[in-house]
Amino acid sequence: MNTEQNTKNDALIHVKNVKKYFPIKGGVLKRTIGHVKAVDDVSFSINKGETLGIVGESGSGKSTLGRVMLRLLDPTEGSIHFNGIDISHLKRREIRPHRRDMQIVFQDPFASLNSKMSVAELVEEPLLVQTKLTKSERRAKAIEMIEQVGLRAKDRLKYPHEFSGGQRQRISIARALITRPKFVICDEPVSALDVSIQAQVLNLMKDLQEEFNLTYLFIAHDLSVVKHISDRIAVMYLGRIVEITNKKDLYEEPLHPYSQALLASIPIIDTGEATKAKKEKITLTGDIPSPANPPSGCSFRTRCPFAHERCKVERPELIEKEKGHFVACHLYDK
Amino acid sequence: MKKHAVLDVAQLKTYFYLNNGQVAKAVDGVSLSISPGETVAIVGESGSGKSITALSIMKLINKPGRIVNGEIALNGKEMQALSEKQMTGIRGNDIAMIFQEPMTALNPVFTIGNQITEILRKHKKMNKKDAQAKAIHLLKTVGIPRAEEIIHEYPHQLSGGMRQRVMIAMAISCDPKLLIADEPTTALDVTIQAQILDLMLEMKEKFHMALLLITHDLGVVSEYADRVLVMYGGQIVEQAKTKELLRHTKHPYTQGLMQSLPKLDEDVDRLGTIKGMVPPAYNFPAGCRFSSRCPFVMDKCKVSNPELTEIDTDHFVRCHLYENAGDES
Ligand SMILES: Nc1ncnc2c1ncn2[C@@H]1O[C@H](COP(=O)(O)OP(=O)(O)OP(=O)(O)O)[C@@H](O)[C@H]1O
Ligand SMILES: Nc1ncnc2c1ncn2[C@@H]1O[C@H](COP(=O)(O)OP(=O)(O)OP(=O)(O)O)[C@@H](O)[C@H]1O
Ligand SMILES: [Mg+2]
Ligand SMILES: [Mg+2]
Repeated sequence: MNTEQNTKNDALIHVKNVKKYFPIKGGVLKRTIGHVKAVDDVSFSINKGETLGIVGESGSGKSTLGRVMLRLLDPTEGSIHFNGIDISHLKRREIRPHRRDMQIVFQDPFASLNSKMSVAELVEEPLLVQTKLTKSERRAKAIEMIEQVGLRAKDRLKYPHEFSGGQRQRISIARALITRPKFVICDEPVSALDVSIQAQVLNLMKDLQEEFNLTYLFIAHDLSVVKHISDRIAVMYLGRIVEITNKKDLYEEPLHPYSQALLASIPIIDTGEATKAKKEKITLTGDIPSPANPPSGCSFRTRCPFAHERCKVERPELIEKEKGHFVACHLYDK
Repeated sequence: MKKHAVLDVAQLKTYFYLNNGQVAKAVDGVSLSISPGETVAIVGESGSGKSITALSIMKLINKPGRIVNGEIALNGKEMQALSEKQMTGIRGNDIAMIFQEPMTALNPVFTIGNQITEILRKHKKMNKKDAQAKAIHLLKTVGIPRAEEIIHEYPHQLSGGMRQRVMIAMAISCDPKLLIADEPTTALDVTIQAQILDLMLEMKEKFHMALLLITHDLGVVSEYADRVLVMYGGQIVEQAKTKELLRHTKHPYTQGLMQSLPKLDEDVDRLGTIKGMVPPAYNFPAGCRFSSRCPFVMDKCKVSNPELTEIDTDHFVRCHLYENAGDES
């Protein structure tokens, strides 16, 4: 799978050279004095039925990327093709027909649901906005969906506060899937949940993916969760993808020093069974730099144990080191 | 009661008396003891009573909560009888605590230097100059660069990881015998989490502290704790040396937790799950508190809550499956 050549028929989404810069205003005149480069020249594609995971530390630009892909935010530069159509320059009105095909599930199941609406109303709402179905058709579809996410039909009359975190996340998922989208962005959908509940929701998401042939972009900072659910994984650092490959290669042979450190940082449960010998521990020093003022050259160089002169002056491009395995690091582009 | 324990807690019960007359049994009969230099982890899901256990040890329970039963001894000295003033002397001095969100524990209007020197002047009766020098030394010890400058900065000027380092510097400032860390890294990114946990362990060795580490991450338990207590519904349901617990997991709840975690080194199509959800502390099921979710539930589980029983050397389980093993058919 090639991030560049993947515009062919099996790619559902193709993101090319996308940038999202937020202006920083300052001074009494509130002039723009700089930019937060939240997403800085990112390209990849996702095939139909595939799950692409995105990992990266807080502030690395994961949510911003997701929002730009759905055009909830406008890209500063670059293009996004969905189903072969360039949606990056469509006007609001022109996007509307595509909305029902692209949905998002957010992290916080408490904040993202309107507390004054019943479950049935919440789940039906996207149909009201995006289809011409009658009231009874909408209600019937909503009840079907409520049951599909593992809630009971009689729960439809309840309100969000009457549910636990995991159940609220099921409501959010029902809302996202009611329009039968092709593509769903899951932005940390299980991060706020306890492990036993997290497992229930992850299993549900896999079941629904199989049932509806969904394509997922799955954002999380928990690598174990991302590895479990994804086919391929992109690692982000300060607005850029530093490595992208299938999950097996990323876990067995991470190339980028940041990916290596990220993997080595995860505490592993020693159950005594043939737990793989842990890779030599690379502990990073220092903090994540501010995306408003990223280091010159390679933005990871300030924390990288292998940084050398060239890393200060030249930004590494994402290159295909092995088939389908891309990395942006000067250790590999000599 | 073990000899020479730094901390000994016996039959601690901390209840919250809610407005509607209900009683939330947040901590309900917890006993634990920590030896000098030992790292003990408490692990459990949200609401299982981990923080309330820690806060009870610190005597920081406010209304509508109350410690209704139990003995807490520090270095063999019973603390229940102590006045609030005596407790203030113990907090920070003999026991220090690190909280999940460092912003809530740091005062936003004072500089980092001010906050550390204040502790030193209060507990160690140092003069201003010595306290200042010691503060810089402490910040350097916890790996803060530019310590001389940082003491003049305010908490909001630091990153989450730096703040947690400052909290650790404050915690070790008076050489406590016991450090309680309540989810010290939950709010941090994994690469920073690894730095902070390694630092805590290093400080523990260096200053011969005992560590009570509260976490919901079994990976953290595996890598950092000597012994582990698993809490569910305000009670300890399983307790053993870390390796023993992770390798010979006995309680159905602990087993369920282990199976519901995605693991980096293995691939499964679907994760194991524990059905249902954690019951609220004011409405536990009768009998065993896990009975409403347990895949092995038996009739007696619904009527009697099993005792925490030693089923192997230092391995304790609260489960009817392991009682009088053999005479169950
Ligand atoms: N509307 C906005 N205006 C200005 N800056 C923004 C805006 N939204 C995001 N940013 C900045 O862009 C950067 C990337 O933020 P983003 O939320 O995408 O990160 P993230 O990877 O999702 O982080 P997290 O793991 O914390 O959710 C951050 O520095 C953030 O402060
Ligand atoms: N002020 C309070 N009033 C009423 N109930 C409370 C109060 N504080 C805590 N509780 C109850 O006590 C129980 C234990 O809470 P505790 O904070 O110890 O959980 P925890 O294990 O630390 O969870 P978490 O992982 O979410 O931090 C919970 O059921 C909670 O609802
Ligand atoms: Mg985000
Ligand atoms: Mg807590």
